[in-house]
Amino acid sequence: MFTEYVFHFLSIMALFSAVMVLASKKPIHSVLFLTMTFFAIAGHYVLLNAQFLAVVHVIVYAGAIMVLFLFTVMLLNLNKDERSLKPMWVKIIAGIAGGMLMLILVGVFREYDVQSAQDPMTTQIGLVKNLGKILYHDYLLPFEMSSVLFLTAMVGAVLLGKKEQI
Amino acid sequence: MVEQIIYKTLLASFILILSLLVAMYSTLVERKVAGWFQDRHGPNRAGPWGLLQPLADGIKLFFKEEFMPNSADKFLYILGPSLTMFIALLTSAVIPWGPDLVINGQTYAMQVADINIGILYIFAIVSIGVYGIMIGGWASNNKYALLGAVRASSQMISYELAMSLSIIAIVMMTGSLSMRDIVAQQQGFNWNILYQPLGFLIFLICAFAETNRAPFDLPECETELVGGYHTEYSSMKLGFYLFAEYINMFISGAVMATLFLGGYHFPGLDKLGLSPNVFAFVSFMVLFAKITFFGFIYMWIRWTLPRFRYDQLMKLGWKSLIPLAILNVVITGVVILLNQ
Repeated sequence: MFTEYVFHFLSIMALFSAVMVLASKKPIHSVLFLTMTFFAIAGHYVLLNAQFLAVVHVIVYAGAIMVLFLFTVMLLNLNKDERSLKPMWVKIIAGIAGGMLMLILVGVFREYDVQSAQDPMTTQIGLVKNLGKILYHDYLLPFEMSSVLFLTAMVGAVLLGKKEQI
Repeated sequence: MVEQIIYKTLLASFILILSLLVAMYSTLVERKVAGWFQDRHGPNRAGPWGLLQPLADGIKLFFKEEFMPNSADKFLYILGPSLTMFIALLTSAVIPWGPDLVINGQTYAMQVADINIGILYIFAIVSIGVYGIMIGGWASNNKYALLGAVRASSQMISYELAMSLSIIAIVMMTGSLSMRDIVAQQQGFNWNILYQPLGFLIFLICAFAETNRAPFDLPECETELVGGYHTEYSSMKLGFYLFAEYINMFISGAVMATLFLGGYHFPGLDKLGLSPNVFAFVSFMVLFAKITFFGFIYMWIRWTLPRFRYDQLMKLGWKSLIPLAILNVVITGVVILLNQ
């Protein structure tokens, strides 16, 4: 009963702040609303008994990525509303494309059987112990490969960001 | 169940009041310590030994003029200090303050939330701690405040990495992310600092940088930035920023005591045969003494060392602390592997 209220509260918060990301005039408000959306989604993870995922979500998205966004927006000082208005036909085309995507998503999820997923409360899959065992036992190779991929991406970004020739 | 909820509420309120009281009197202790280091008396007019000085300061802050810059973003300007205070108070939820209490045959844990990812929770709070300062500094619409906020955020992001890496070695040794387990493993004199001296040193330095204390107080460097991120703040909004710094000091002292100095354990204390509740109280006082010790170290260093230059700060963080922390993780891994 209590979790149901929390679920509704978090869902409203997530949807409201996601809409506000698009609707706010100032870029910095958009960034802060996006952070709020991430917190609401982290709350949903906690409701799904996935505490580890929730905390990592907060650390990575709210704590690292959004801080960098905020940092960039502040440094560029995009305070004034300098975004140029797009012509009317671009808006119409974007509206039609977005509407079609929504139509497809609604069609897909109407037929989708949610019950087939594993129950997180009985399998305890979201707890750090079980998740760690699965990651380092069943999926060790893909896990290590993706870490190498991340390292490569990081080195590449630093290399591209450097101005002088190496 | 109902008793547990009431107990947790009481415990949380107690910790809240304790944090605020400690932060209040830290300001007095800080000035007394400064006086001692500079061979003068420090505040001694308000009450005996200046004991009423924090009250006088608080009342003064409340009665100062509320100032709002004309070009400020009104909502974010108020949100900044509130958020800083809120986030500073959040961390205390996962710290185990003492062994279990026994009331009417039922045991009550002296920890608000025993989540099995306690350390990651602390990481998360540390990583969102920068929002309050950034929002406040930006919303003031003042170049010095903005520069202070930008400095604060880049400093906190940089030192967060080394801090997290130094804790990973502890997690590897303990095999658990729960604060309760980490404390339980350090029973007696089995403290983590004896096994992880390098990790402790890195964590201590990073804690200074994360709390924006001297010698890392560049975000509010007076000689360059007027007042830093809180240049435009006055009255109790400024008070919140200053207060949050002392709360952060208290909580980070508690985290360091828990992770490295054995939490509430003290060698030989569990062999005295005290009754559970007296034992819990004495253990809590032990933890409090350790936190006070860290508080003193914070002040000692502030009044001893000069401020870093900004490039020195970045060089120290990225080129010394992070490689050392990684080295620490590798050495810990090799030692654990050899001992298996």
